Amino acid sequence: MIRDITLGQYYQKDSLIHRLDPRTKLVGTLAYLVSLFIFTRPLVFALAAVFLILVLILSRVPFSYMLKGLKPILFILIFTLIINMLFTRGTVIFSWWKLNITIEGLKQAGSMGIRLVLLILGSNLMTLTTTPTRLTNAMEHLMRPLKLLRVPVHEIAMMMSIALRFIPILLEETDRIMKAQLARGADFESGNAIKKAKSFVPVLVPLFISAFRRANDLAMAMEARCYHGGKGRTQYKPLKYKGRDFAAYTVLILYIAAVVVLGKLC
Amino acid sequence: MKKKNKDKQPSILKKASSFLSIRNLKYEYIRRDEENNVEGITTAVDDVSFDVKAGEFIAVLGHNGSGKSTLAKHINAILFPEEGEVILDGMDTKDEEKLLDIRRTAGMVFQNPDNQIIGQVVDEDVAFGPENMGVPTAEIAQRVEESLKTLGMWEFRNASPNRLSGGQKQRVSIASVIAMHPKCIILDEPTAMLDPRGRYEVIRAARALNEVEGITVILITHYMEEVIHAHRVLVMDKGKVKMEGTPREIFSRVEELKRMRLTVPQITELAWELKKEGLPLSDGILTREELVRELTEYKHRKG
Ligand SMILES: Nc1ncnc2c1ncn2[C@@H]1O[C@H](COP(=O)(O)OP(=O)(O)O)[C@@H](O)[C@H]1O
Ligand SMILES: [Mg+2]
Repeated sequence: MIRDITLGQYYQKDSLIHRLDPRTKLVGTLAYLVSLFIFTRPLVFALAAVFLILVLILSRVPFSYMLKGLKPILFILIFTLIINMLFTRGTVIFSWWKLNITIEGLKQAGSMGIRLVLLILGSNLMTLTTTPTRLTNAMEHLMRPLKLLRVPVHEIAMMMSIALRFIPILLEETDRIMKAQLARGADFESGNAIKKAKSFVPVLVPLFISAFRRANDLAMAMEARCYHGGKGRTQYKPLKYKGRDFAAYTVLILYIAAVVVLGKLC
Repeated sequence: MKKKNKDKQPSILKKASSFLSIRNLKYEYIRRDEENNVEGITTAVDDVSFDVKAGEFIAVLGHNGSGKSTLAKHINAILFPEEGEVILDGMDTKDEEKLLDIRRTAGMVFQNPDNQIIGQVVDEDVAFGPENMGVPTAEIAQRVEESLKTLGMWEFRNASPNRLSGGQKQRVSIASVIAMHPKCIILDEPTAMLDPRGRYEVIRAARALNEVEGITVILITHYMEEVIHAHRVLVMDKGKVKMEGTPREIFSRVEELKRMRLTVPQITELAWELKKEGLPLSDGILTREELVRELTEYKHRKG
């Protein structure tokens, strides 16, 4: 059912990785993603893969669950592989009609594929082990310096968490409106793309009206509960670094150092 | 009858003893077209005056569009009076410096449970109000626990609001208001979107808050069964308070209520019909037990 969609697909479990501060995980994930793209040595990829597997084991998220996360990008993955394979110039090893496959192309495709897979798995691991609330919380904290540049950090974080709260509700509502229109004889299936798109107008109009009404109600409910922006606001569960977070940062620094050493040496 | 006289005019209370005092309140919604010309004016609240004492349980009845919500929004400074004044616990709601104090003194629960829960997890939602008020972290945790326990929702503290029933969601909304430690709580048709079970849960919670915690409750509803426990009932029609009195006094005026497109509780209606047929029953019977008692007495007397 639609209400079962949890955004950010959090996987409930009590593990070391789950308990890490969300800021640690956010910084760690970003550093990891960058590490995938600075060097193209096979050894670096091997190290990155080993690192990910170790974290995955620590997180106690089943491997099959992780693989599921790859499904949506399977198409993009295959597409990238083919493009890289066919359109990279170099020594031709196989040629058919106008298509040439080169050694460089194969290498390029291989490293791109590995990068993409590690990238998706790495960021999935973060969302699987961190609730959306804690993630937005972490983002608000990490972006705090931007306040000096007058970026409305608190407001952005608040909008994100409200959006996360309302997406399942609006999805359910879409479902309900679609069923109601189906019962009135609407047809969402047949015809070409344009016709299909047009058939969604009777769904979108009530959906938008309802979304605006909800927004209005919500704003009032927030005001009634003394909401007046981020000023003077305290926190129910403030983020606090613990010993394990410092350990995690140390491991992260060691990992990056190893990546740099491997990337430069070989 | 003497009673009738008292019903006609709002009870005159000494200002000092009243917790909420509304004087000659008037509010209009003005509809404008694209060129900002006035298209139409709806007078939603029209010269309303009444007083509420601390610890009272007030019910406000009225047909759709009679101005109940507009009135309610004036009590915690979501709307501001155009004419007249609203004094809550000694504070004039027009005083901008008191805005947050006013809103934390009078909490509000709205009709649609989905549109007032802000947190993605139950306990986070309850914490939202105290966070805004700047309550220290340790105390927030305490307040969250205490108010969720009061509403019997503690075991759901880690649940997503999307997985709760309507009645449970409204109980979370009430807990979220209670966590702000208000002196008064306004419930604007909190049961309109609920099934009978959910309605029962919410009304029971509201009564408990009034009786056990001593919180002033203003319950807006159009379900007659929900007002029979109130200390006092106000009936609104077309922006005006048309009747004021105890539930018994109000429900003895069946015909007037019907003219305002309101019904009376089933039992009251039955008693009223029986009385019209000539049975000597008293006015404004509210519960089944009362009706049964009067009927048996009548049977005994008749032999
Ligand atoms: N935001 C608004 N804009 C214009 N008119 C409104 C608005 N809200 C309410 N009204 C009108 O004011 C009158 C009273 O509405 P309301 O206070 O919501 O009544 P109730 O809560 O008793 O149903 C109605 O006629 C309604 O149409
Ligand atoms: Mg209303």
